[in-house]
Amino acid sequence: MTQNAVRPTPASPTPPGGHLLEVRDLHVEFRTREGVARVINGVTYHLDAGETLAVLGESGSGKSVTAQAIMGILDSPPAYVRAGQILYQGRDLLTRPEEERRQIRGAEIAMIFQDALSALNPVFPVGWQIGESLRERAGMSRADARRRTVELMDLVRIPAAAKRIGDYPHQFSGGMRQRVMIAMALALDPKVLIADEPTTALDVTVQAQIMDLLADLRRDLGMALVLITHDLGVVAGVADRIAVMYAGRIVEHADVHALYRAPAHPYTKGLLESIPRLDVRGQALSSIRGLPPNLMAIPSGCPFHPRCPYVQQVCVDEVPHDLVLGDGRTSACHFAQEVHDDRDD
Amino acid sequence: MTATTEPAKVRGETILAVDQLVKHFPISQGVLFKKTIGQVKAVDGVSFELRRGETLGVVGESGCGKSTLARLLMRLETPTSGRVTLEGRDLLRATGADLRRLRRNMQMVMQDPYTSLNPRMTVGDIIGEPFEIHPEAAPKRSRRQRVQELLDVVGLNPEHVNRYPHQFSGGQRQRIGIARALALRPEIIVCDEPVSALDVSIQAQVINLLRELQDELGLSYIFIAHDLSVVRHISDRVAVMYLGRIVEIGTEEQIYQRATHPYTQALLSAVPVPDPEARDRRTIIRLTGDVPSPAEPPSGCHFRTRCWKAEEVCATQDPQAVPRAADPHPSACHFAEVRTEA
Repeated sequence: MTQNAVRPTPASPTPPGGHLLEVRDLHVEFRTREGVARVINGVTYHLDAGETLAVLGESGSGKSVTAQAIMGILDSPPAYVRAGQILYQGRDLLTRPEEERRQIRGAEIAMIFQDALSALNPVFPVGWQIGESLRERAGMSRADARRRTVELMDLVRIPAAAKRIGDYPHQFSGGMRQRVMIAMALALDPKVLIADEPTTALDVTVQAQIMDLLADLRRDLGMALVLITHDLGVVAGVADRIAVMYAGRIVEHADVHALYRAPAHPYTKGLLESIPRLDVRGQALSSIRGLPPNLMAIPSGCPFHPRCPYVQQVCVDEVPHDLVLGDGRTSACHFAQEVHDDRDD
Repeated sequence: MTATTEPAKVRGETILAVDQLVKHFPISQGVLFKKTIGQVKAVDGVSFELRRGETLGVVGESGCGKSTLARLLMRLETPTSGRVTLEGRDLLRATGADLRRLRRNMQMVMQDPYTSLNPRMTVGDIIGEPFEIHPEAAPKRSRRQRVQELLDVVGLNPEHVNRYPHQFSGGQRQRIGIARALALRPEIIVCDEPVSALDVSIQAQVINLLRELQDELGLSYIFIAHDLSVVRHISDRVAVMYLGRIVEIGTEEQIYQRATHPYTQALLSAVPVPDPEARDRRTIIRLTGDVPSPAEPPSGCHFRTRCWKAEEVCATQDPQAVPRAADPHPSACHFAEVRTEA
């Protein structure tokens, strides 16, 4: 099913210098006692310096697993990378020895996680944890690391940083803990920051603060940001481009404005129509029928076909290839153009 | 016999009245000789009415007391003080058979469909369990059939009555939870974050189901959620809570179009809107800091420590939730004003 070989990305011609980070036709499977779950089935995306790419998907779509593969923190077993490349500044990370990947992790590509409380060690002060990579990796003395830690805590706008450096994670609120995580990720000045659902566990007012902070940091530090989320609202506020994932594939990839204006994949369209909007009070929500696929038995052809209102025989028989529409956007749908033009307003 | 009292079910009449409900949890210290050193004021004087056939949305951030409120209404917690009147009877003082009868009329849907269903019970047993406690609700012979009807009502296959919860997805489990809440034909359902654990595409299915059920069965909902967009979608009236109090309450339109409390305005402005064009048009009110601890709420107006309008009077005088000149719905702010900027 997933044997459709490596195709060059039609979406965007590679600039002369190449992309900062590029994932090419990545396949990851989970080998479990119950069977093999095909979690990532040919994901291709790229990221340039200073831009924000949002990876959008529901649970089980493979958005976090892709990020873990980039970071090299997949749990094996059960997860195995079956095929594909992850190019960072032209180097394929998947073929590099663990020692080299370790050097890249944190210093070049850093990651923050959804649940800051369980990501932080409860028995060490936060300052110690932020400074850990400064001491261990950057070889700073304790005094220097401490000074830099206070700077980092200031950078992520933790009030009274110098006083709170000795506090433990439980003494911080949810939003402040997420700031500690961000400070930790920024310690070695990475070029890419992957944020995996950074605001999902937070209240709206705090969520807005953290998203602002991430956007400011990206701009001030010139980082590239990969924002992994399930929230279409959060994405709309900060992203430049969006990659929508379903059943381990990217089904649509577009500029954020273009995607919201006229989605070109039925799944994206369904998602946009099924969220209640704060600014529009609608009638019954249109929902996507059925359930997300079982990754151990992904439907033939287009994995979305059992839930798709546009379904035809061809969708059952053939895996749709990325169709390139105008302005560099792609949609993995046999009827992408029809979906795109089909606007009910 | 008198399973349902048919007459006088007027849509819009008050079915549930909550008056100055208070729940303080003691904070104790010491191992052998525990002494109380403080109070967490989880719910601190909440009053509202629920009308027949309507949905009252309750929104607020974590720690504002909205889930404690739900548990108080279900009598899962004993309130410190206050009154709850259900169909003209005092719910908090009812005991024995009287309480059982009142409880039949008010059921709850929980947030987490994974932990709120017993993994060792079949779906049929889960949905049928209320009949064990209230045998008069359905005669023994017809119970299985009633359970299957309920499965059908919530959009599940009635043949799956012998399956276990783990064989269902999150959205389907939430439907099981709804079926269980419907089993005793209640008039009020308290939904505590019923869709926040679900994916977007599934969330819409469950919201639509709740609306259909309301139309068919004339249910009244207390719909507790932190997601303001979801609440707007389903609610007729909305109450906004902050640190154990209702700071503003009104119709969906009054709250979302003409909110007069600064907290409501900030909350609304912070909700991300799924429209990239809107990011330039909207101005987000940025609240500084975090919600204060409910163990030591600020004096006067609880919100004043984060409020940009705060003045002396806010620290000394507790603003009451009364209709304000700016708009005739209750708002607990000394400086209630409709926000002019869209």
